[in-house]
Amino acid sequence: MTSVAPEPGVAHAAAPESGAAARLADETNAAIERAHRDAYGSVLATLIRFLGGDFDAAEDALADAFATALETWPRDGIPGNPAAWLTTAARNRALDRVRRDRRQAEKLVLLERELEATEVATMQLGTEGGLADDRLRLIFTCCHPALPLDARVALTLRTLGGLTTPEIARAFLVPEATLAQRLVRAKRKIREAAIPYRVPPGPELPERLDGVLATLYLVFNEGYLASSGEAAVRHDLCAEAIRLAALLADLLPDRPETHGLLALLLLQDSRREARVGADGSIALLEDQNRSLWDRAEIARGFETLDRGFAAAARLSHAFVGRYLLQASIAAEHARTVDGRQTDWRAIATLYEALARIDPSPIVDLNRAVAIAQADGPEAGLVLLDEIAARGELAGYHLLPAARADLLRRLGRLSEAAVEYERALALSDNDAERRFLERRLAETRS
Amino acid sequence: MRYMLLIYGEEAAQEEAPGEAPEISPPWMEYTSWLLREGIHTAGERLATSSSATTVRVRDGARLITDGPYTETKEVLGGYYIIECDDLDQALEAAARCPAAFGGSVEVRPIIGMPVPASAG
Repeated sequence: MTSVAPEPGVAHAAAPESGAAARLADETNAAIERAHRDAYGSVLATLIRFLGGDFDAAEDALADAFATALETWPRDGIPGNPAAWLTTAARNRALDRVRRDRRQAEKLVLLERELEATEVATMQLGTEGGLADDRLRLIFTCCHPALPLDARVALTLRTLGGLTTPEIARAFLVPEATLAQRLVRAKRKIREAAIPYRVPPGPELPERLDGVLATLYLVFNEGYLASSGEAAVRHDLCAEAIRLAALLADLLPDRPETHGLLALLLLQDSRREARVGADGSIALLEDQNRSLWDRAEIARGFETLDRGFAAAARLSHAFVGRYLLQASIAAEHARTVDGRQTDWRAIATLYEALARIDPSPIVDLNRAVAIAQADGPEAGLVLLDEIAARGELAGYHLLPAARADLLRRLGRLSEAAVEYERALALSDNDAERRFLERRLAETRS
Repeated sequence: MRYMLLIYGEEAAQEEAPGEAPEISPPWMEYTSWLLREGIHTAGERLATSSSATTVRVRDGARLITDGPYTETKEVLGGYYIIECDDLDQALEAAARCPAAFGGSVEVRPIIGMPVPASAG
């Protein structure tokens, strides 16, 4: 059974009798919370390797270690390297459990041999190298294509992100039992089908990396686009996706797309505060109050984008992938403080490049909108009509919404109203509906 | 770790030439040779077409015999291999080389085995 990590915020420390004792208890709890936030994923990753890929045993052992920390840190002080302390404590607890279980005697021999072999390595736990390798293994295992997509997302957040099962269930609006079941099934498949706990070798890496990037992008979008659910929880998902994407870019700096994804997430996230208007409706890019954009995050996005292009240039077959292209589009928006100065021609060109490597009617739709901005609404309408004629986007609310917008700008208000109504009938996102309703009212006034 | 590769494909092509003894085509020969060279081949058989299948069910003590495979689908089980691999990735790599993966599909299932009872008599 999956055990939930102890709540680090709950003080188990003895009741403070003096100011100093209270301060010590506060410091200890803060240290445990920090360790949980920063080190959960990496310590768990190391434990899973140590336990031969047994996710459940690793989670149980780590929960034990946190419980022990709550008892001993207030008494003995905060260890210099909390991650190393937790790893050692959890490893010892895991060994205790195995020793108690005689049926696993054989396993014990293997573990003790492993223990000796890794003793030297774990002495250097504070250094990033060893821990980083384990986290990379873990992320590739959690995002293995043999697991269903929803399970990959849940497993990644649970193990690497250290989010609790109820937290993930809340974020994805699924019952806790459903999510717990999803995790149990995924871990069982990892065990029964022997999904390896390793970074895929060279030839397989690009294909498998795509799966990891797609999973992280899904986590981010779930937090970014969802119209319902608790705002704080959704923000956690975005922050977690960014943290994991940054980790991946650090661990695989030679793969351009790791930087591409991180840059894309940073640049999108920078617009978070401006995205939803005071009335809760979605604010289009052109209508957003750009002073609300997070300039520090944008700067980090640009640096990351540069690193991505530098990595792409170093590859023998210079190839700019979909995340670098999408990040470049986001960067075009981010670089202008005044929306009227947006280089829509450049954006249309980037969408064309994106359509070549990843053809999709949605990309065509976005390109049509960019062309409309660059060359005027008529040029955009011609492209939109071509897309509509292909019938691939029938039922997708953004096609009539885009047509409505161009018709409105051409002053063809009654035609625009019909398209807004069509878009409304197809959208089930509250924030988007509020926006469409407002525009519909404008065309009729 | 043993895995079964369940080979699914359409049968139309085979049924077009009645009477002739089915030949094992060169790609399948090459594939089996490759599995043997890799040292992961444990077993493998080809099945007769699904039109020759008979399905048996026992319900309330009565034997129910029906013509055809358990489920009628476009892609039918046509054969299997059993391979011995270190992990799923190795098994997936082997499955991706199987001729049936091009056009048909290959299901990869871990074998958890069954204890063999002491022989009777």
